[in-house]
Amino acid sequence: MIVNEQVALDHGLKKDEYAKICNLLKRTPNITELGIFSAMWNEHCSYKSSRLHLKKLPTKGKKVIQGPGENAGVIDIEDNDAIVFKIESHNHPSFIEPYQGAATGVGGIMRDVFTMGARPIANLNSIHFGSPQHKKTKNLLRGVVHGIGGYGNCMGVPTIAGQTSFDSSYNGNILVNAMTLGLVKKDKIFYSKAAGLNKPVIYVGSKTGRDGIHGASMASASFDDKIEEKKPTVQVGDPFTEKLLLEACLELMSGDSIIAIQDMGAAGLTSSSIEMASKGSLGVEINLNKVPCRESMMTPYEIMLSESQERMLIILENGKEEQAKKIFDKWNLDFAIIGKTTKSKKIELYFNQEKVADIPVNTLVENSPMYDRKWKKAKLPKKNNIKKQDIKHFKVIEVLKKILANPNVCCKEWIWQQYDHTVMGDTIQKPGGDAGVVRVHGTDKAVAATVDSSAVYCWAHPLTGGKQVVCESFRNLISVGAKPIAITNCLNFGSPENEENMGEFVECVHGIGEASEYLNFPVVSGNVSFYNQTKNLGIKPTPAIGGVGLIKDYKKMITMEFKEIDNLVLVIGKTEGHLDQSLFARNILDEKNGPPPEVNLFNEKNNGETLLKLIDNNLIKSAHDVSLGGIITAVAKMCIKGKKGILIKKPKYLINETEYLFAEDQGRYITEINKKDFKKVADILNKNAVHFDELGTIQENELYINDKTKVTIDELTTSNKNWLKNYMSK
Amino acid sequence: MKSSVITFPGSNCDRDMDVALKKFGFKNKMVWHADTELPKSDLVVLPGGFSYGDYLRCGSMASKSNIMHSVINFANSGGMVMGICNGFQILVETGLVPGVLLRNKYLEFICKNVFVKINDKQNKYFKNVDTKVLEFHIAHNEGNYFCTNDQLKEIEDNNLIAIKYCDENGKIEEQYNPNGSIKNIAGVFNKKKNVLGMMPHPERMIDTSLSGEDGSLFFKNLINNLR
Repeated sequence: MIVNEQVALDHGLKKDEYAKICNLLKRTPNITELGIFSAMWNEHCSYKSSRLHLKKLPTKGKKVIQGPGENAGVIDIEDNDAIVFKIESHNHPSFIEPYQGAATGVGGIMRDVFTMGARPIANLNSIHFGSPQHKKTKNLLRGVVHGIGGYGNCMGVPTIAGQTSFDSSYNGNILVNAMTLGLVKKDKIFYSKAAGLNKPVIYVGSKTGRDGIHGASMASASFDDKIEEKKPTVQVGDPFTEKLLLEACLELMSGDSIIAIQDMGAAGLTSSSIEMASKGSLGVEINLNKVPCRESMMTPYEIMLSESQERMLIILENGKEEQAKKIFDKWNLDFAIIGKTTKSKKIELYFNQEKVADIPVNTLVENSPMYDRKWKKAKLPKKNNIKKQDIKHFKVIEVLKKILANPNVCCKEWIWQQYDHTVMGDTIQKPGGDAGVVRVHGTDKAVAATVDSSAVYCWAHPLTGGKQVVCESFRNLISVGAKPIAITNCLNFGSPENEENMGEFVECVHGIGEASEYLNFPVVSGNVSFYNQTKNLGIKPTPAIGGVGLIKDYKKMITMEFKEIDNLVLVIGKTEGHLDQSLFARNILDEKNGPPPEVNLFNEKNNGETLLKLIDNNLIKSAHDVSLGGIITAVAKMCIKGKKGILIKKPKYLINETEYLFAEDQGRYITEINKKDFKKVADILNKNAVHFDELGTIQENELYINDKTKVTIDELTTSNKNWLKNYMSK
Repeated sequence: MKSSVITFPGSNCDRDMDVALKKFGFKNKMVWHADTELPKSDLVVLPGGFSYGDYLRCGSMASKSNIMHSVINFANSGGMVMGICNGFQILVETGLVPGVLLRNKYLEFICKNVFVKINDKQNKYFKNVDTKVLEFHIAHNEGNYFCTNDQLKEIEDNNLIAIKYCDENGKIEEQYNPNGSIKNIAGVFNKKKNVLGMMPHPERMIDTSLSGEDGSLFFKNLINNLR
């Protein structure tokens, strides 16, 4: 096939990018080379629109062993243990083919983690669907949940937490973000930097087929009316092979034969070989005839661009080939020596004794395009003037029941019961709490993880929204008694070529950076997903934050259910009565304008750290952060989970009851303490200048407000549990 | 007491079972599916997971593994063999216990705590368990127990049902049946009751921080009965 500008455009490259390629090579690339350039230079692999802004994120810290730039981030959890973790998107494929799209998303992120030598110990996910009324939503939700379960369950890795939301902006573009945590010894971490000349390049895992060719390019474009035609670009997963690959890799890693290892994810053999060479400032020579292929007559172009799953590329020490092969034979996996490292600093491919590609590595990596896209700054919307008389007539209990049954608040049991969340025998906090918690096997330590996003806040004001998501992650970890350590981010946005969408990205990233810097909660890994739009309609900006924290003594872990009758309930943090962009304003008043709640980083940090002190002193019986739906929703959930009631007395405030109960001010927690500890708790809170309210007392079966309004907990439970189950069975 | 846990390609509860057996006093060995000889054992466990990726039929390919010849001989000569979840699926494929396991009635994977009523205590697995109802944990996609009418008659006549899904008080009704199993069956024995296949995972219930402690009860009792 003759390569010209039109062929380059069909590959998703721009005119000037094609000109740059010809210029760098000082000739016209052949079709295989063009394919390689298009794979390396697309948005998904090159981060060409986002790199400039991502550089500004804080990525360092005392506990950070490895920040962004590797397969995943690594943090220190003491005693020579480390946690490897990352979140990644699989949005486009999941919309086209929900089961396989979601399944391979989970498979891909687990590979990123065990590539570094870590055994995966927990999975999480953040999934977002269109309006429940939209005709595609139900099937997409069912397919995605089956796919996530199908892969994770088979791998034997527990899915311990997640987040699901519904919003019409995802009607034409659902989001599927998968996160994995792995455990590794600090001195046994593996990296992807090649080193040494004439070292064998080894291919292991599944055979290469024609699936997923141009998957990464597809993920770098908007959808149009012809998305059905893109089905062949979706990869097909085989979790069984991945389980074998995991065990085989960990077995090989227990020795000292691996120099570098990299999974074949987006852009398959192309990006894995080039990244390893680039990091080691080396060249790589590959004989494509040696690559194990599933189908006959595959061309160099197809072999290089296939995104077949469950494959790894390894650079081995000389002389270790036989020993390594034995391990892969034992696990019935392909093992092939396909090439070697060279000093040429080029990627050189041979096929049928002919050289079919010859590209300097730096042209693909360092010289890849980087854009400073135009972006528009968002103004802080004006506050709504919600008048007292407008909200006075609402009956709190009726509103509460509606909110508990809201698709974004309701119990997601239907989803997480389909995920094996107890395999590996260390899950000590299951889905449905503020964060999932797994013990570090055989120790007293436990790791907590959560994934959060607040698209509505980010849409209303990206800068505030970006800060808020990081704070919410921080709070969720603190609520279970974990010290927050670091985050991973999955940045889901519309087109970077649209100034408004690009502005949302820039400002959300700015907000994330500011909060993570202040909270000492650095970003250690992440992924950007642009072009989440169909035709010209982009999604609400949805950065998803995956937070990880450490509990030194797992017996001190906190759960959210109310524990004991007569215990006191406190609200930690001040309630100002911010209703704009709250669930109450948007869904009950139908008021969609106004600014999101303000984020005060000082209060956020101070309130959180003080609560951790209380937890450490064994003064807290249960805790839950206040988020969607405000204080009353948080309290109702604690009642439902603990099967207990509460007598609430609103503190004497200037704001009215509705504002107090439904406002979504930030930096707040509901906590349960023993009456006899009140003085000690109040002292610590006062000493640290943390505002708190005495909200009420735990009692049996019913939720009372000021002695007059009441509802049984059974009734609240029904509202909360039935919506999703009923929706999915209709 | 010596135990052996078989690891098939795709097993994923083998480590958990190893941890549980050791915690309650077994000297456990992990045995690779391609081996032909079983170490000297007082108990052999086929663990949960997705042996051979559940391809063809759950448990079908594993039932033809090298090691299974030895396991079958061991069972036929009266040795204690327990299959949990995928292990149960493997046992029905070997014919060591009657019946088959179909896909769950609502076509979804289920991971949750359930209650099971012990139907028969005249065997080494449940003898002396000090309660009628156990809180166990299930995690499966194909646990819908099914058999022919003739088989069911034989099972019931010989009292081969080990445990049935029930509520916390031991009431056995359709609403407590998580997967559509015939007669709420969660586990069955072979005729001599030395082979037990069951869907629930006792190894996930072995300390208070996990889903519960009834698994501890089960294993403590089991090792005492074997002594």
